[in-house]
Amino acid sequence: MKTNDLILQTVSKIILFVIILFSIHLFFAGHYHPGGGFVGGLMTSGAIVLLLLAFDIKTVGKILPVDYKKLIGIGLLFSVGTGLGALVVDLPFLTHVFGYVNLPILGKTSLHTAVLFDTGVFLLVIGVTMTIIQTIGESE
Amino acid sequence: MSNLLILPILIPLLTGISLIFFRKNIAANRGISLAGSLFTVAASVVLVDKVFHEGIQTLNVSNWEAPFGITLVSDTLSALLVLSTSIIAFACVLYSFWSIGEELERFYYYPVLQFLIVGVNGAFTTGDIFNLFVFFEVMLMSSYVLLVLGGTKIQLRESIKYILVNVISSALFVITVAYLYSVVGTLNMAHISVRISQIGQPGIITVIAVLFLIVFGIKGAIFPLYFWLPGSYYAPSAPVMALFGALLTKVGVYSIMRTYTLFFYHDTGYTFGLLQILAVLTIVAGIIGAVAYWDIKNIIIYNVIIAIGVIAFGVSVSTEESLSGSIFYLIHDMIIKAALFMLIGIMIKITGTSNLRKISGLLRNYPGLGWTFFIAALALAGIPPLSGFPGKLLIVRSGFASGDYWGAGIVLMSSLFVLFSVMKIFINGFWGPVRAYEHKEAPVKWLLISPVLLVTLAVMYGLGTEAVYPFISKAAETLTNPEIYINAVLKE
Repeated sequence: MKTNDLILQTVSKIILFVIILFSIHLFFAGHYHPGGGFVGGLMTSGAIVLLLLAFDIKTVGKILPVDYKKLIGIGLLFSVGTGLGALVVDLPFLTHVFGYVNLPILGKTSLHTAVLFDTGVFLLVIGVTMTIIQTIGESE
Repeated sequence: MSNLLILPILIPLLTGISLIFFRKNIAANRGISLAGSLFTVAASVVLVDKVFHEGIQTLNVSNWEAPFGITLVSDTLSALLVLSTSIIAFACVLYSFWSIGEELERFYYYPVLQFLIVGVNGAFTTGDIFNLFVFFEVMLMSSYVLLVLGGTKIQLRESIKYILVNVISSALFVITVAYLYSVVGTLNMAHISVRISQIGQPGIITVIAVLFLIVFGIKGAIFPLYFWLPGSYYAPSAPVMALFGALLTKVGVYSIMRTYTLFFYHDTGYTFGLLQILAVLTIVAGIIGAVAYWDIKNIIIYNVIIAIGVIAFGVSVSTEESLSGSIFYLIHDMIIKAALFMLIGIMIKITGTSNLRKISGLLRNYPGLGWTFFIAALALAGIPPLSGFPGKLLIVRSGFASGDYWGAGIVLMSSLFVLFSVMKIFINGFWGPVRAYEHKEAPVKWLLISPVLLVTLAVMYGLGTEAVYPFISKAAETLTNPEIYINAVLKE
């Protein structure tokens, strides 16, 4: 008998966006509240894992044509690059800067280079988690 | 530039990261990793020069003042070790071109090798005890991958043992750091030293010292904790074996050296006595293994254990002379062990076996290999004027001077057995009737470049003792006077 995953697939499609929004919220909340790159990344990969459960690896690969191993590299580049920025102005490695900027819509916002470092962590965590899950899923 | 001392960590890190993007392209992999290793060597040379002339270099990462942020500290000892590490990494990358095989080269071999160097250089440079743990993990995780890469049966089996042992010792490391933190309330090494001298090393600190000895003893293969090493180092291919044998255990010994001279120097009777007994037993255990085996890999592996014992004995005597002997021997041993593992790697490549009874007469067809091995063997045993001599001389002399006749005598005797074990390889493997082997077309000419480079370096290191000695004695001076280190970090 052919199983029908209609309910699972429909619910996943809706829930997916909620989870991703929550993970982005966690990511940006990191500086002032609990959260940050690690949890955010894990939560995002959780959303992708939900997709993998509802559909199969090939379909998800088509929806998100990302090479997760390269994502690891990009994440590392982000984090190390943030540190390297300090080298250019001859400050110790990983010295961060921050400031308040008036953005058009958001108004007065505090921007901090630590976010770039966290972006690296975020991408890296997604990359590592998804690589592990995909490799185990694909191997016979 | 204030960031100089982080470059030997950053350059391999960036090299490793950029190699992730060129997985299939072997030429790019080789080119980038070779260039990266060369830059690392250059940066370390500049670093050694700067540390020697301008004193200890410190870098407060993220610009946070010393006890509150992570401080990287490069004194002469760590700068010299970083330099040796970089040179060995360069030689191993070069050696891998003709030995590791294209299949593995395509499977992230070079990036993982670079990450291993990040871990080792970081562990030598850090001035924060928890950061040391993190760099240990960076190094160990890379070594897990390098050990298992290829996926043959023996590699899988030995990786399980190796990972199990190291996970346990890492957990113990965290627990030990937790104990230390709950007593002194800081993680910065210089600050820990200050706090310990304020409370004058009560009993609990001695307990922590012994726990550190157990943790670093597992990493560095000291007597009752060396059981994992012979099997694990037997499994991987030659360049990985050279990296492991030259670098990994030495990081453990360096950590013992650092913690025992910087933290636990107030009440030395028990801890240093224990270290001394263990060091001597390590030498004996290594000798028994090196003499017993007829397998060239095992003979060299047990020589690693002997060297660890000799260095640890020098640390346990803990005079300025013995410490400079230990440092001298440590650097010599890193270089010569890498060379020896590479040389026996070539022998195995030619003959297809590591069983010494099945090898003979290699000298007729491979004279270059034979004589390089001969010089490396003499250097290992410590025949003057080669590189093993001055270090061991200093250790033995200071051992006798401080009345540790038994220990110093065994260090002296160990040379004889080391010489016996490596000459056994030379006499049985290179002399005798010439045999026909299957893998005659092994690229011996190219493979010999790295070991010849390292052996030349070892010979020069021995001949140029006068030139090297100021660096070594300066390193030992920092170890015997922790105030130099503390003042450099905390800027008091």
